Amino acid sequence: MKPIESVCVVGAGAIGSLFAGHLGSVVNARVLVRRPEHADRLNQEGLRVGGKSDLHTPIVASMHPGELGEIDLIIIATKATAVEGAAERIAGHFPHACVMTVQNGLGCEDVVARHGEWPIISAITFMSGVRHSDTHVEYELDTETWLGPWAVRGAGEATTEQVAALINAGGLKAKAFGDVCPAQWSKLLFNSVVNSVGAVTNLPHISDFAQRERAADLGNLVYEMMEEGKQVADALGIELYEDPWQMNVKAVRHGQTGGDEYAHVPSMLEDVRSKRHTEIDWLTGAIVKEAHKLGVPVPIHETLFGLVKGIEHSWQP
Amino acid sequence: MRVCIVGCGAIGSLFAAHLALLDELEVWAFDLDQDHVDAIRANGLRLSGESTLHSYPAASSDPADIPRCDFGIVATKSLHTRAAMKSTAGIFQDAAVCTVQNGVGNEEIIAEYVPRVIRGTTFPAGHVVEPGHVEQDTGGKTWIGPFEPKPASMKEIELLAARLCESGIDTLAMEDSRGAQWTKLIFNAATNPIGALTGLAHGVACDQPAVRRVISGLVAEGVAVAEALGITLDSDPDKLVDHAREVAYHHKASMLQDALAKRPTEVAALNGGIVKFGEQCGVATPLNRVIWALVEGLQHSWQSND
Repeated sequence: MKPIESVCVVGAGAIGSLFAGHLGSVVNARVLVRRPEHADRLNQEGLRVGGKSDLHTPIVASMHPGELGEIDLIIIATKATAVEGAAERIAGHFPHACVMTVQNGLGCEDVVARHGEWPIISAITFMSGVRHSDTHVEYELDTETWLGPWAVRGAGEATTEQVAALINAGGLKAKAFGDVCPAQWSKLLFNSVVNSVGAVTNLPHISDFAQRERAADLGNLVYEMMEEGKQVADALGIELYEDPWQMNVKAVRHGQTGGDEYAHVPSMLEDVRSKRHTEIDWLTGAIVKEAHKLGVPVPIHETLFGLVKGIEHSWQP
Repeated sequence: MRVCIVGCGAIGSLFAAHLALLDELEVWAFDLDQDHVDAIRANGLRLSGESTLHSYPAASSDPADIPRCDFGIVATKSLHTRAAMKSTAGIFQDAAVCTVQNGVGNEEIIAEYVPRVIRGTTFPAGHVVEPGHVEQDTGGKTWIGPFEPKPASMKEIELLAARLCESGIDTLAMEDSRGAQWTKLIFNAATNPIGALTGLAHGVACDQPAVRRVISGLVAEGVAVAEALGITLDSDPDKLVDHAREVAYHHKASMLQDALAKRPTEVAALNGGIVKFGEQCGVATPLNRVIWALVEGLQHSWQSND
């Protein structure tokens, strides 16, 4: 099997920068960017990783895929809303590469597959970071990235193992699965609820999300919405890797992020606070769509989906 | 005849200002907002908008100032009902007290403090412009009837309705006023929190199909509870939603105004009320509970994020 010698990250936000900054310590790291000054700074200064890692990695960056040379692994790390644009940009390039998608939600692999013949690895990541500048990212939560061959047109299992090994060698944590669907759906159900409820209530992921004493406690809503989502996974024949409610309880109790005052702000709440288009279509909306196909009732998902859509609409002039 | 309005915000001021026009009727306005009370004492109470009038009710922020009354009209926000009744109970030792508040559950609280209770529902809306001055935004009817567990007599209710009509507040006395109350409750519970949670004006919310479906889902649960309680609604609340879209497209629901000002909302008396009555009669109301929890969550965020 051909070794992986070069990796190209598309979408150098926090997650993309963490991949580029770590993998660049073991293979050639390249970044496809959109702004010329972003390319210039990365080419001149490289990428610094602070926090849980301490790295300074040389990077080759460009706005043009043709200038990045041969690539073995493409990591698309944009938001779900930007995958279409990312895939358009690499269409016609890197014929020998495989593509790894690491978005929240469902359906990004399909979008990529419409733009090229690359074999695809589905990945989900639990790590988090803070992007301080174009050339400086902080590695915050050093949790795992899970990957597996995409069911429709996947890279081989051996390639998937190879990519996982590379990510581990770079100093991040990865685990390869033969079928990543159970893990992907566990995270999808968790994310769909925590993100939409956080976005609508303006609350970070605090202990309220697991509180179930009074009728109006938020934990009841979270629990029941997750139960709905589990019905959909069940109807699809997916056996979840982890129970989303347990993930929720664990996350708010002894905390990935500690007490309420340091609570994690779900990305959709960040989006709402800065009035950016959210990933609701790929999370809660994706579950609603699957549920309708299967005839599974999901009234709570429909409610949260409608409310987030309403919030997005409220920003329009 | 002596009447005290408890809670003299926008709605309370509409009642106080109108009733104070009548001869042979002594009207007291009780409110904790000292600026508003002082302004009424100094310059009277002024209404503009749908009603234009100027009258001179007595006003106080201290229940000890207020003599015993024959009638009370409670118009506080529903979350202040208990505190208001606790402090004014002495005024109403032999009175019939009528709620014109939003939501359900206020009659039960009032009944703990006074001998006779009137169930009321009012449609007019307004806002306080400045102390002593309220603008009436919309007109509409008021319905009053006995609160069954601790009722005022129909004679009293008809007397109050007659005085209100005389003063210009179009009021109907009914043997059973639950239909009007639940029609408004279901409408409010389905539309108010949607505004608060999305930031959308009523008509704009209705034009988003994903949002409009949420509204209809909430209405359907409320209608099912009303049916199980044996209440005949005045009209189809879902049609009222469409009607309001026509006549009040840009209206920001009062709960949206509360959310913008980060004030506690009436969600517990609206969606929470539907949930509680649903439990009593065995009707599931999962969506109203979801909305109740979301608004409570939003309220919590005002404490933890600032």
